[in-house]
Amino acid sequence: MEEFYKEWEGFEKATWVKEVNVRSFIMHNYIPYDGDDGFLASATKDTKDLWKQVLELSRLEREAGGVLDMDTKIISTIVSHAPGYLNKYKEKIVGLQTDKPFKRALMPYGGIRLAERACRENGYKINPTVKEFFEVHRKTHNAGVFDAYTPEMRACRSSHIITGLPDAYGRGRIIGDYRRVALYGVDRLIEDKHEQKETTRSAMYSQVIRNREELSEQIRALEDLKTMAASYGFDISRPAKDTAEAIQWLYFGYLAAVKEQNGAAMSLGRTSTFLDIYAERDLKRGTYTERQIQELVDHFIMKLRLIKFARTPEYNALFSGDPQWVTESIGGVAVDGRHMITKMSYRYLHTLTNLGAAPEPNLTVLWSVHLPENFKRYCAKTSIETSSVQYENDDLMRVTHGDDYAIACCVSSMRVGKEMQFFGARANLAKCLLYAINGGVDEMTGKQVAPEYRPITSEYLDYDEVMRRYDEMMKWLAGVYVNTLNIIHYMHDKYCYEKIQMALHDRDVRRWFATGIAGLSVVADSLSAIKYAKVKVLRNEAGLAVDYEVEGDFPKYGNDDDRVDSIAYNVVHRFMEHIRKNHTYRDSIPTTSILTITSNVVYGKHTGATPDGRKAGEPFAPGANPMHKRDSHGAVASLASVAKLPFRDAQDGISNTFSIIPDALGKDGGVFVGDISIELTDGCIDCGAVEDMEVNDVE
Amino acid sequence: MYGIVHSRESFGTVDGPGVRYVLFLGGCPLRCLYCHNPDTWTGEGCERVEAEEIIREYKKNKAFYRNGGITVTGGEPLLQLDFLIELFALAKKEGIHTCIDTSGAVFDRDNRVQTEKLERLLGFTDLIMLDIKHIDGEKHKILTGKGNENILEFARFLDARGKDVWIRHVVVEGYTDDENDLFALGEFIGELKTVKALDVLPYHTLGVAKYDTLGINYPLRDTPSCSKEKAAWARGKIMDGLAKKRKNK
Repeated sequence: MEEFYKEWEGFEKATWVKEVNVRSFIMHNYIPYDGDDGFLASATKDTKDLWKQVLELSRLEREAGGVLDMDTKIISTIVSHAPGYLNKYKEKIVGLQTDKPFKRALMPYGGIRLAERACRENGYKINPTVKEFFEVHRKTHNAGVFDAYTPEMRACRSSHIITGLPDAYGRGRIIGDYRRVALYGVDRLIEDKHEQKETTRSAMYSQVIRNREELSEQIRALEDLKTMAASYGFDISRPAKDTAEAIQWLYFGYLAAVKEQNGAAMSLGRTSTFLDIYAERDLKRGTYTERQIQELVDHFIMKLRLIKFARTPEYNALFSGDPQWVTESIGGVAVDGRHMITKMSYRYLHTLTNLGAAPEPNLTVLWSVHLPENFKRYCAKTSIETSSVQYENDDLMRVTHGDDYAIACCVSSMRVGKEMQFFGARANLAKCLLYAINGGVDEMTGKQVAPEYRPITSEYLDYDEVMRRYDEMMKWLAGVYVNTLNIIHYMHDKYCYEKIQMALHDRDVRRWFATGIAGLSVVADSLSAIKYAKVKVLRNEAGLAVDYEVEGDFPKYGNDDDRVDSIAYNVVHRFMEHIRKNHTYRDSIPTTSILTITSNVVYGKHTGATPDGRKAGEPFAPGANPMHKRDSHGAVASLASVAKLPFRDAQDGISNTFSIIPDALGKDGGVFVGDISIELTDGCIDCGAVEDMEVNDVE
Repeated sequence: MYGIVHSRESFGTVDGPGVRYVLFLGGCPLRCLYCHNPDTWTGEGCERVEAEEIIREYKKNKAFYRNGGITVTGGEPLLQLDFLIELFALAKKEGIHTCIDTSGAVFDRDNRVQTEKLERLLGFTDLIMLDIKHIDGEKHKILTGKGNENILEFARFLDARGKDVWIRHVVVEGYTDDENDLFALGEFIGELKTVKALDVLPYHTLGVAKYDTLGINYPLRDTPSCSKEKAAWARGKIMDGLAKKRKNK
């Protein structure tokens, strides 16, 4: 199949013409941009009007208690709703999840009870027929999972040694390659999927059957995608012909995904440099002005800011907000050495100026020391003004993921359209340590959750004994944890399959089996206290260790002190080794992350006192952070401790959250004269020195 | 040899160019009314740290300091000249940017031993941040307990040796915000050829808690923090004086 569509005129031909291969298209056609932000255009009147409308709706939503409208009857699918608009005559990019802005869709395939609760707790009542249908006639992911859970898994779930399992909600963390819709048009993609189906193996093993069934589902989803776009008046069966169509086609692909799935993270991918190729062609042809292109981008980003899901207040409390994780990865460096900053990278960030700051979409710069200086400065400026840019280390990730990966959620990296992830919550390693001390009995409930291993009975904890038992307990925990996730992902594939997102992947994708760790710094400090100080155990009448007294001082994680940092390293490494010993669903590759960002508070609440002196119920530190106030050598020492953790074992991401008051980050031009001779020569006593400040690369 | 070290900050962003490793030394001859580090006045509670250890610690995380370096402040770093010479000699061997944040209050131009050591130290020093507390000698005495003649002398000493200098000045309402004084400070700075930057610092009250902990009376308890606008205004006055001086030359 090698047709060169007329929509591709002006593009350089390469492998991408012969096969679905967006990376090849990008590499052969993008133009790195080294200039500054001087070319950027401001918001148009239509943009301003539309955004005003959105702000007004946001205000009404807040006043209504967080939800403005919910669908209680129509089960959301790609084609379930009639077209919706903010203002049809002003929007340059169209498409809403339902027929009205701010109306949240009903998505019961993950679990009918959760969908019902989301309605109820926000003051809505789910249609009884829909409820009955999913209780009696159509099983959900959630029902499937609970059919298969073992009593041990249930016990681990209720004791919170395993937390946040996606067993009642969409797992998310899958990024469809939405660019394919724009580059190839849907017909070509359908053709490709048919070809994939025809070439499956012919002996009907269960995985072949599943594969064929899934490909059929994908093809239907692609047909639906065309139908949905047609309802907005667009024929996306063919490739996009210009910038407007490319953005619109791409957005339709994404929109189909968020109509179908209420995933924990519904990320966009890495689209800016791809789209820049269309913009450059249009600018060269003279068919679009910069102002028009920026307007399209503004409207596109505005749409992404409107993405909403029906969720329970409890879910929002866990994540401190109502996050969608519409993460877009910007920049990075290509494997051939060229940086991947284009004008479109600037235009995306410029939406923060044109529309104002916002947490979504989560604009993430793939940072490299090799990014052009102008772009670094622009990033610094935008960050100072809006506090809305996330940065991740491309120099680190490019080594394993190449130059066409994107971030799902906050840090999970995967090659777009070639890799997906089975998202998997976290194991509470701090609680696991307490189980090791108490022989598997939960310190909060007194219930036997883990196997009845021998408890530690001595008055003072002995490091070697604790480590031996802890390692055994981690091995047990890794086993239950992985198997629980195996059930979850089996059932999610079966009852809540991400049809359109997987349709925008290759047939043979690499699957990551993502696990997670909570409480790392509590464990590191606890083990350090046991090793370097004396820890006395306080037991209740039942003989259960419920509190600890630390006598003496001990090295604390977060101070660049190898004595304790090596303990943290070792715990991550050992736990990951135990994870790897288990069978993982669909030949997925196990990895882990250390990145609770807000849920650390909830995990701490359910965990008893720990040998580091932390009291029962006190919060854990977020992610891989040191415990609150225990790092006393400043941020670099704190970051250095975190940086020692093995990325090889925790490839799904390690997070360290730290906040700093702006004044502690450097001087501003109001009070600081960076170069006296320049200031005097230019005679501009009031001009700032910010421009003279260095952009520091932090690795 | 060792230094008397009060504390170390691995992520200093306001004490010299770039991200810096900041070393706070113990001991200071001044008692500035607004001092926000009263815990560094004496060597009490300080630890003895070898110069090699500081360099080792720095090098471990040097990726963070690519555009930065080491800043030694205090307390008054020039009280420990021998330690500084050793530390900075080691640092320069490693190509580390070195900076001293000082009040210059210990400078004594008639002390041959001291000036010779200073000469050696300057050979290993890339930048001096000189904190001129007040241009008026009498007011300087009220503010710090000592006069400022030797401090201004120190500034000229640095100037004569072509050493890069940043001038720092803290703006405290009622103490250092007199328009004429600020202008005069600018004129003084204008005479110096090697001043590269002017850092005007608005007075803040973050140090108050330390006084309470140490059980020392805090004389400026009723003085409000200085606003950024006020500091910017003061900066303008200093620059006016500076501009006038340079123009006349």
